Amino acid sequence: MSIKVNALSKSYGKQKAIDNISFEASPGRILGFLGPNGAGKSTTMKILSAYLSADAGEAVICGLGIRDNALEIKKRIGYLPEHTPLYVDMYVKEFLAFVAESYGLKGIDLKVKEVITKVGLEAEQFKKISMLSKGYKQRVGLAQAIIHDPQVLILDEPTSGLDPNQLLEIRSLIRNLGQNKTVILSTHIMQEVEAICDDVVIISKGKLVAVSSLQELREKHRNSSLEEIFRKLTA
Amino acid sequence: MYAVFKRELFSLLNSLMAYITIGVFLLATGLLLWFFPDSSIPDYGYAELGSFFNLVPFLFIFLIPAISMRAFAEERREGTYMLLAIRPLTELQIILAKYLACLSLVVVALLPTLVYYFSVYKLGSPAGNIDSAVVAGSYVGLLLLGSAFVSVGILASSLAKNQVVAFALAAFICFLVYMGLDAAAKIFSMQWIEGLLNGLSVNEHYQSISRGVIDTRDLVYFFSFNVFFLAWTSFVLKGRKW
Repeated sequence: MSIKVNALSKSYGKQKAIDNISFEASPGRILGFLGPNGAGKSTTMKILSAYLSADAGEAVICGLGIRDNALEIKKRIGYLPEHTPLYVDMYVKEFLAFVAESYGLKGIDLKVKEVITKVGLEAEQFKKISMLSKGYKQRVGLAQAIIHDPQVLILDEPTSGLDPNQLLEIRSLIRNLGQNKTVILSTHIMQEVEAICDDVVIISKGKLVAVSSLQELREKHRNSSLEEIFRKLTA
Repeated sequence: MYAVFKRELFSLLNSLMAYITIGVFLLATGLLLWFFPDSSIPDYGYAELGSFFNLVPFLFIFLIPAISMRAFAEERREGTYMLLAIRPLTELQIILAKYLACLSLVVVALLPTLVYYFSVYKLGSPAGNIDSAVVAGSYVGLLLLGSAFVSVGILASSLAKNQVVAFALAAFICFLVYMGLDAAAKIFSMQWIEGLLNGLSVNEHYQSISRGVIDTRDLVYFFSFNVFFLAWTSFVLKGRKW
């Protein structure tokens, strides 16, 4: 198990963002993290990437507890935050070189070149990030998450706002990455879950409502589509 | 950490804001020291730069917050702080990178003023009739004063969401520690309070170094001042909810 989440809780003031969440994710499988807006998906992902700290509970990533090994864990995680924040005043190559350098990578030029090919940014690599369209910005966001070849990838709505062609490209990229990494991705699109996820975790109002493989979930609720299952569980 | 420092410095040097503030700073010192008859060095008649070193702290109260205001406030507004926080860097490394980048810009702003020293050196009668030790000490004092103001600016930027608020807050705190403590010291007739407030005042220590004597007490003061404000910033960032 490369991610083990155990009874994680976090509140903002009086509001409980996530309450007692536990699940596991293993390498070579893609875990779909689902839930309505405001369910606590992003909060959980922020905690897993050691950006925020949990109030209670513990997450173990690659055998390391997140509380005491934040720096070590950050080296092994690639994280694409929601809304893809980027330094828009930088050029694509410059930004990726900056990211590579902040991980202390060697052979930065080569790494940047590789990742640009991987996410399909060749045509846009000399542009300023502010000049890119949303889909290409998303690719830059994905590139900064995978440039250091992390064991664990956490992607917060990686395909939001993409056109159908880009959607397919990014999905197949995530699928490829998922072959030897642990991938957690959050999404609202049920077709996406059906297309690329192996396991599913559904949360609603901060609480866990389903943890299982996609197949098991389907067998449990026969004759209903994934969308109906989602609505039933999170209503 | 070097990567963050480099990016900060480049982004400061890429912004018009930096050039405008440095330009205004140089214009103001140039006008006051060489052109306006009431305060100009040629009219003053003595080959010294005392008026320059008295003027710069007041300009720094506005210049430095303008440079440092975007450090964290902008990242917070744009959500880009996450891009730093998810890397294997400690808060302190991020803070120091930003602090050093701002300080480098202050040095860039001060470098052209060496021309003033050169001019007075040449204009002296006979040429070279200037107390160079005092000038060197004063420049060290200015750098230390600048570093103190930068640490205040960095803290203000981490507290405020808005750059303008960060600027106003930093300018106010700089004003307070530079002049306010001096002024407050005069209010109290009790000697120990006066001594305490004077001991805490930036101006007091700056003046002391500007005499050309670099005293360990002043160095320790500026060092502690920086540590205090940067540690406070680190505390703020650790407790952030954004």
